[in-house]
Amino acid sequence: MTIYVLCFALFLVGLYGLLTKRDLIKIILSSGIMGYSCNLMLVLFGYRRGALYPILEKGKEAAPMVDPLPQALVLTSIVIELGVTALLAALAIRLFQKYRTYDITKIRRLSG
Amino acid sequence: MIAPYFIIVPLLAAFLIPFVAKRRDARAVPVSLAAALSLLALSAYVFFVHSGETLVYKMSAWKLPIGINLVLDAFSSFMLIIVSLIALTSLLFSVKYIRHLGQDWKYYALFMLLVAGMNGVVVTGDLFNLFVFMEIALIAALALVAYGGKAHEFEASFKYAIMASVSASLILLSIAVVYSSTSSLALATISQSLAGKSPVLVLWLGSLFMAGFGVKAAAMPFHAWLPDAHSSAPSPVSAMLSGVLIKTLGVYALIRIFYNVLGAPPLFLQVFLGLGAVSIILGNLLAIGQWDLKRLLAYSSIGQVGYILLAAGIGTPLAMLGAVFHMINHAVFKSLLFYNAGALETALGTRDLRQMGDVSRLLPVTARTSMIASLSISGIPPFNGFFSKLVIIVAAVQAGHPLLALAAVVGSLFTMAAFLKVQRYGLRSGRPVEKLVGRVDGAMKAAMIILAALCLLTSLLVVPGIREATLDPVVKVIMDKTQYALTVLGK
Repeated sequence: MTIYVLCFALFLVGLYGLLTKRDLIKIILSSGIMGYSCNLMLVLFGYRRGALYPILEKGKEAAPMVDPLPQALVLTSIVIELGVTALLAALAIRLFQKYRTYDITKIRRLSG
Repeated sequence: MIAPYFIIVPLLAAFLIPFVAKRRDARAVPVSLAAALSLLALSAYVFFVHSGETLVYKMSAWKLPIGINLVLDAFSSFMLIIVSLIALTSLLFSVKYIRHLGQDWKYYALFMLLVAGMNGVVVTGDLFNLFVFMEIALIAALALVAYGGKAHEFEASFKYAIMASVSASLILLSIAVVYSSTSSLALATISQSLAGKSPVLVLWLGSLFMAGFGVKAAAMPFHAWLPDAHSSAPSPVSAMLSGVLIKTLGVYALIRIFYNVLGAPPLFLQVFLGLGAVSIILGNLLAIGQWDLKRLLAYSSIGQVGYILLAAGIGTPLAMLGAVFHMINHAVFKSLLFYNAGALETALGTRDLRQMGDVSRLLPVTARTSMIASLSISGIPPFNGFFSKLVIIVAAVQAGHPLLALAAVVGSLFTMAAFLKVQRYGLRSGRPVEKLVGRVDGAMKAAMIILAALCLLTSLLVVPGIREATLDPVVKVIMDKTQYALTVLGK
C-alpha cells in the first residue's frame, strides 16, 4: 500500500510544481514528473500476488511473473511523453527567443 | 473491413506530403484535399449504407479480450462525417489563407496528422488506443496553434500543451486503474467486468475520466486554455479545434465512456448537468465582453459545448437527440464563423471589432455568410441552431429541470447579444472601409458558402422521415448504454 501512496505523492509533487513554479523549464520538468508517476503506477499495477507463468516448458519450475502488458503500455506512453516534452522544450526555446526570459509572469501578451 | 481506412488514409497522406511537396505546397494541397474528400465519401458511405449496424474490425485478427478492435457504429460514423466535412472545408479555406504565413507543406502534413488522430479516437474500441490517438491529435494541434510563429502563438501553444499534458496524465492514471481492476483495455470488456464491481471504484474512475476528458472538452472550470489556443491558431485550424477537436477528444469520449462503458451512472449525469449549465451561462456571458473577434468565438464555443454537456446530463432520448444534433450544428456554424473571422483578418488586417467597419459592400459573401452563421448560433428559426436548442430546452422541461431550461434560454440570449455585437461592430458599423489589404479568393468563398448552405440544410435533420435515417440510429447507440459491449462482442 505504501508504495502506491508514495507513487501518488510523486504525482502530487509534479502537480505542485506545475501550479507554483514560474520558470518554463521547471514547469516542463514538473509535467515530466507527473508523467513518470503515472508510468510508475502502471508498472506497479503489473504485479499480481502469487502469479505464475501461464506456459510451462518441460523440465522447468513454475516461476513467479508480472503482467507484461502494463510494461508494453508504459513503453508506448514514455515515447509519447518524449514527443510532448520535446515539443514543450522547443516551444520554450522559441518563447525565450521572443521574450528573452523564462519567467512566465513576464510572458503575458495574452490575457486570461 | 472499412474501419482501418479512416486512420490509414489521413496517416498515409501525412506521410506522402513531405515526399511529393519539395518545400512548396503546390502538390501538398491536392494530396490533402483528395484524402479529406475520400474520408468524407467513406464516412458518408458507412453512415448511410451501414446505418444502424456495428462494424467491428479486429486488428491482426486477434479476438477481443486479447487484441485491439476498431468499432464503427452509428455514433462513430456520425462523428467521422463531422470531422471529414470540417476538415475538407478547412483545407479549402487554407489554400490561400496559409500562403500568407509562408508556402509550406508542413501545415498540410500536420493537418492530416490531426485528422488521423481524431478519426482514430472516434473509431477505436480500445481505451489505451484512444489515449495514443488523442496524443497524436494533440501534438499536431499544438504545432498548428504555433504555426504562425508569433510570440503570442507560442505562448498559447505552451499553455495548451501544459493543460493537455496534465489531462493526459489523469487519463493515463485512470487507464492504469481500469486495467488493474478489470485486466482489460477494450471498452466492451471493461464495460462488462465493471458491471459487477463496487460503486466506489466506478466513482474513482468516473472522477478521473471526468477531470481528464473535461479538460479536453473545455467545460467551464477546465476551460482556461481554450480562448488562447483557439484565438491564436490560424483561422482554419481554429475552425478544426473549435468545430471538431473539442467534440471528438472531449465530448465524444465523455459520452462514449460514461454512457457505453459505465452505463450512465446518475451521479455523473448530475456532474454533466452542472458543468453544462455553468459553461452555458459563463461561456456565453464572457463572450459578450470580448473585442477580439476570435476570442469572442472561442468563449462562445465553451458556451455551446455546454449545451451538449447539459443535454448529455439530462439523459433522456430526446435530450440525447438534442446533444447529437447540436454537435453537428455547432461544428457547422462555429467553423463558418471562424472562416468569416479569417476572411475579415485577411481583408482588413485586424481581428479587433473596434477597428472593423462596414464591409457588406466590399465583402458581400463574408458579410452574408456571417449573418447566416450568427443567426444560426443565436437560435433564430429556420436555421439549425434554433432546432437543436429547442430540442434541448424541451427535453430539460420534460425531464423536470425547469431551472436548467431557463439557464439554456438565458445562455441563448447571451449568445444573441454577443453576435449582435459582432454584426454591429464587425460587419455593419457606420465606419466606412475604404480599401482592403488582402483579397478573399474563390476557395475561401466556396468554403464559407458550403457551410452557410449546410446551416440551412442540417435543420432538415429534425424532419421526422430524415431524422429516423440519420439522428435516431446515433441516439439509439448512446441510449442503449452498455448494450454496446454485447454488440461489439457479438453476443
